[in-house]
Amino acid sequence: MTVAPEQNQQGEAPPVPEGHVRLTIDGVDVVAPKGEMLIRTAERLGIVIPRFCDHPLLEPAGACRQCLVEVEMGGRPMPKPQASCTMAVADGMVVRTQRTSPVADKAQQGVMELLLINHPLDCPICDKGGECPLQNQALKHGRADSRFVDVKRTFPKPIPVTSQILLDRERCVLCQRCTRFSQQIAGDRFLDMLERGVHQQVGTSGTAAIEGAGGTGEQSYFSGNTIQICPVGALTSAAYRFRARPFDLMSTPSVCEHCASGCAQRTDWRRGKVMRRLAGEDPAVNEEWNCDKGRFAFTYTTAADRVLRPMVRDDRSGELREASWTEALRTAADGLLAARKKNGVGVLAGGRLTVEDAYAYAKFARVALGTNDVDFRARPHSTEELEFLASEVVGTRLDDEGVSYADLEAAPAVLCVAFEPEEESPIVFLRLRKAARTGKTRVFHIGQWRTPSVEKTFGELVACAPGAEATVVSALPLRSERADVVEALRRTGSVVLVGERAAEIPGLFSAVVRLADLTGARLAWVPRRAGERGALEAGVLPTLLPGGRPVTDPDARAEVELSWGLRPGALPARPGRDTGAMLAAATSGELSGLVVGGVDPYDLPDPRLAEEALRAADFVVSLELRHSAVTAHADVVLPVAPAVEKSGSYLNWEGRQRPFGTILEGTGAVPDCRVLDTLAVEMDADLFTQTPEATADDLQRLGVYSGRRPDTPREPASAAHRPGQGQAVLATWRQLIDNGSLQDGEPHLAGTARAPVARLSAVTARRLGVVFGEPVTVATERGAVTLPAAETDLPDGVVWLPTNSGPSAVRRNLGAGHGALVTVTAAPTGGEA
Amino acid sequence: MNATNGADGRDARVGPVTPVLTKRWMSPRSWTLKTYEQLEGYTALRKALRAHPDQLIQLVKDSGLRGRGGAGFPAGMKWGFIPQNDGKPHYLVINADEGEPGTCKDVPLMMADPHSLVEGVIITAYAIRSHYAAIYVRGEALHCIRRVHAAVQEAYRAGYLGKDILGSGFDLDVVVHAGAGAYICGEETALLDSLEGKRGQPRLKPPFPATAGLYSAPTVVNNVETIASVPYIVNGGSGWFRTMGTEKSPGPKIYSITGHVERPGQYEAPLGITLRELLKLAGGMKDNIPLKFWTPGGSSTPLLTAEHLDVPLDFEGAAEAGSMLGTTAIQVFNETVSVPWAVMKWTEFYEHESCGKCTPCREGTFWLAQVLQRMLRGEGTPEDVETLLDVCDNILGRSFCALGDGATSPITSAIKYFRHEFLELCEKNQPALAGAQS
Repeated sequence: MTVAPEQNQQGEAPPVPEGHVRLTIDGVDVVAPKGEMLIRTAERLGIVIPRFCDHPLLEPAGACRQCLVEVEMGGRPMPKPQASCTMAVADGMVVRTQRTSPVADKAQQGVMELLLINHPLDCPICDKGGECPLQNQALKHGRADSRFVDVKRTFPKPIPVTSQILLDRERCVLCQRCTRFSQQIAGDRFLDMLERGVHQQVGTSGTAAIEGAGGTGEQSYFSGNTIQICPVGALTSAAYRFRARPFDLMSTPSVCEHCASGCAQRTDWRRGKVMRRLAGEDPAVNEEWNCDKGRFAFTYTTAADRVLRPMVRDDRSGELREASWTEALRTAADGLLAARKKNGVGVLAGGRLTVEDAYAYAKFARVALGTNDVDFRARPHSTEELEFLASEVVGTRLDDEGVSYADLEAAPAVLCVAFEPEEESPIVFLRLRKAARTGKTRVFHIGQWRTPSVEKTFGELVACAPGAEATVVSALPLRSERADVVEALRRTGSVVLVGERAAEIPGLFSAVVRLADLTGARLAWVPRRAGERGALEAGVLPTLLPGGRPVTDPDARAEVELSWGLRPGALPARPGRDTGAMLAAATSGELSGLVVGGVDPYDLPDPRLAEEALRAADFVVSLELRHSAVTAHADVVLPVAPAVEKSGSYLNWEGRQRPFGTILEGTGAVPDCRVLDTLAVEMDADLFTQTPEATADDLQRLGVYSGRRPDTPREPASAAHRPGQGQAVLATWRQLIDNGSLQDGEPHLAGTARAPVARLSAVTARRLGVVFGEPVTVATERGAVTLPAAETDLPDGVVWLPTNSGPSAVRRNLGAGHGALVTVTAAPTGGEA
Repeated sequence: MNATNGADGRDARVGPVTPVLTKRWMSPRSWTLKTYEQLEGYTALRKALRAHPDQLIQLVKDSGLRGRGGAGFPAGMKWGFIPQNDGKPHYLVINADEGEPGTCKDVPLMMADPHSLVEGVIITAYAIRSHYAAIYVRGEALHCIRRVHAAVQEAYRAGYLGKDILGSGFDLDVVVHAGAGAYICGEETALLDSLEGKRGQPRLKPPFPATAGLYSAPTVVNNVETIASVPYIVNGGSGWFRTMGTEKSPGPKIYSITGHVERPGQYEAPLGITLRELLKLAGGMKDNIPLKFWTPGGSSTPLLTAEHLDVPLDFEGAAEAGSMLGTTAIQVFNETVSVPWAVMKWTEFYEHESCGKCTPCREGTFWLAQVLQRMLRGEGTPEDVETLLDVCDNILGRSFCALGDGATSPITSAIKYFRHEFLELCEKNQPALAGAQS
């Protein structure tokens, strides 16, 4: 079949490139890559063929038959019209779409009429009305009138398929996009087709289990995508249902603030209120997908405890009272100046800042407070991590050594170390699953059990006790039974991903760097929070100035001093204290003041120490969105804008800039950088960070460090603790949907959280007298957590808890973390936690 | 379900009618291994195992054996599509999900002579280098499942199945799988999905089963009667096989005749026999009430009328008459039957059995059934006849698999020959008079 169409060859046609074919669509000559589906090729020509089941990121189904076209191969017309979504291009093919073929047009009109016979005419009350592919295409390719005069098939409506998705089966055109998404993309079979013929319907085996809303049924972190790809109004959001019409909404491109994946989004809003968020299209990052947290968790900005006015602590009552900006800033400046003079002030900036806001904190600490006591890490952290970030991560660029999503997809092997992709960076997870499912990528995980992340990335688990990860990574090249991991990583393009939990395991960062050096695999750090990578680049660390400049390098300091207009030698030369050291110093009085950004003390490794520090410090300034355990101790609370009310940018884990504009204008909320700028002025210092744009320019002018990078960390690998009688080693990490405060106010989302359980192996349970399904108490001398016990393939002597789910607030209640020793006992049934 | 041989029907044009596929059916305990072995059973297997597999494929190609499941695809060619030395397992799947309305040939064959199928399976598996075969039997035919299962067990015990069959070094395991009662699972790719434990819905082709069938491995799917013909070809040779039937449709065929005839049943005859001859074998029309319409191969083949009595019933002859040979399920209706009523019943069947995957078949059969039911209630209009035809036009060739196409056949052919009956229903505005009286 290499005959070229003769009727279109006027003059000489350019040669067809390798791997391509030449064909004709509606008389237009076109060259297309082999394997491309006709519907895509036509689209590139601007010829839109109507479709429902077709979706470029799903495997072809050919189910709806809406995209029928006439095809001629080798001069012979095919006897039937062909579905253009399932037919690949071929050389010499002659295709006639509805625009040139009466047969194709009639076939499409016919299918459209059939689709509509059982579709209810409830467009006026349907969420999809106004943005509905069925509505739009019916108007374009359908009859004005139906010949169907008989009885429509009906279903009770709607039924919940998850706590956040309601299904209207009458509206469903059975295109199977949602079921294919759930199976192919997410890997969660939370939806499937049931029954047959006209009674065929989308359904879920777990529908009954949803009623508990505790997440016991088949749940998915990605189910919201099915609402967006549904070509009709069959799948609707419980939160958004009946609340707006698309034509009443303003749509603004935005970027998700929840994690370091860096998803493009579209925020739909009206009258100063966000109504919904949708996945934006960005093929390089999130393709067309979002996780449910990114999609649904946005109501935290309208919470009742939002701080809208500055507050100062009243001298007499000891309570916070509203104050003017002038008074609050004056009070804050006075307090900070006094504290600076006494024993100094530290800055806890938090991991959720935009690059611009983070830079303002970094500059505020150095310029206004004269200190390197600044750290964004509001989570367990280590000096080894600092060294790792300074030597391996900061300053890596996408166009240079940085690892990208595309690199993950092309990698022969990816090793995840102390990183739970589905829970910590859902879009990284989706890309890993895609790579493993459609490519040849082998995904290895060093962790504790065959988690959903391991299962759904077709992963191979190298299991170890929590705390033993460093030893295991160090031993990988030595252990012949795991030689395949090292062999796979040696292949060009392989990647090692390391997560934030590595900071809890001494020696792990060092071991990972050694493994990457040995195998030639590329190394990437995937933090959990959206602001961490940006804060690293912006210099919100005790050892690094903006642009990755070590504070100990005099040349680097001089560069910054020059750019910032400081006198030479103005910047402190000694590394500052990290988060933990600052809290300890504040507790003991060695540090007099604290400036705290968006930090939740209960996220810190030792929340009790944090609360003591906040209490003990002479003066605490809190820049906050909502009242928290920090504002409870703060002397001055300065309100800041949430992401939706400001502009700025994040750096995602790749180091990719994710800029976004202000969505809700004129709310009066100001970004951190502006607050800090004004506060600095009160303290007689100039930051030049009045606006995010000015801040970005200031950072841009600084450029990046060109000197020698600090050495890689060389910390010996630590061994895991050995549990004694009645003890186990704790494994813990956070689940995507948990008690996090940015998910507040969205009960439908909360309903899809994974049920919190304590996981143990059968052997461990027997040894500790624990019965599966019954409550088990995990305790330290500080407190206890009681959850139902679940059998899991954990190493013996290990218990796993979700870090912040349901009653399991591991840091707050236990004061413990990953790798700690805990006692485990069967809880008396009916007793309390 | 007695088998009736067409042994005495002779016709010079179609050659001598000596029973082949049905020759053991009347023997006592014909389904046992003992009877089968006494009547040449498993002799073809011994012969086949001495041959090279490629020789067997060539033999079947030469014989011109065409698939007996309806489409008539050349069996040898299908076997030849299986890539050899590809390092993948190969599978042989027998489609015994006999479900086409009116069809009753595979179940009687499996009841009366299951070992002929088993022997055919072993020879075919050997030819395509498969070590695993599955017989997918229609779930409702429980008696048949038991019988095939028993035959497979007998064959295992006798060393015809399992490891090192008859010392040849060839291994084969056969599994008898019960379907769950879905017409769509007779479609080969839906059958494969069902066999894998999934919902039975047709798969996108390509890839075809020959390259990616059961568990994505190269797979041959053949009908029971096709495979049961293989041992006879091995023993008799391709030349002998071609003495029966016609040039393009050679060999013997089991015609199942139901409806208004004196002696309904299975009649074996060479392909190319006519209904006139078959009616003679079946004792003529019941009570001498004249023939009104008939299907040559199940309800999915456009119906024919008394003017087609002399159409040769082979693949070409049926097609030339505007129908299809299908499964040679001849349903005979006399003048007492209302054509719209019969068509409505068939359409209800398709509506019930549509798998739901594609729009035209799912929605179209639902619509067609309602229109016909309304007409039969006397609430139809002459426009409804045009609507029926246009909806059929929007289904035929637009649906995902052949089920939708088949659903239109009875309607379009009925209106072609009996439009007046539909119009009468509308104009008189009263229900049709009669149902089937048998």
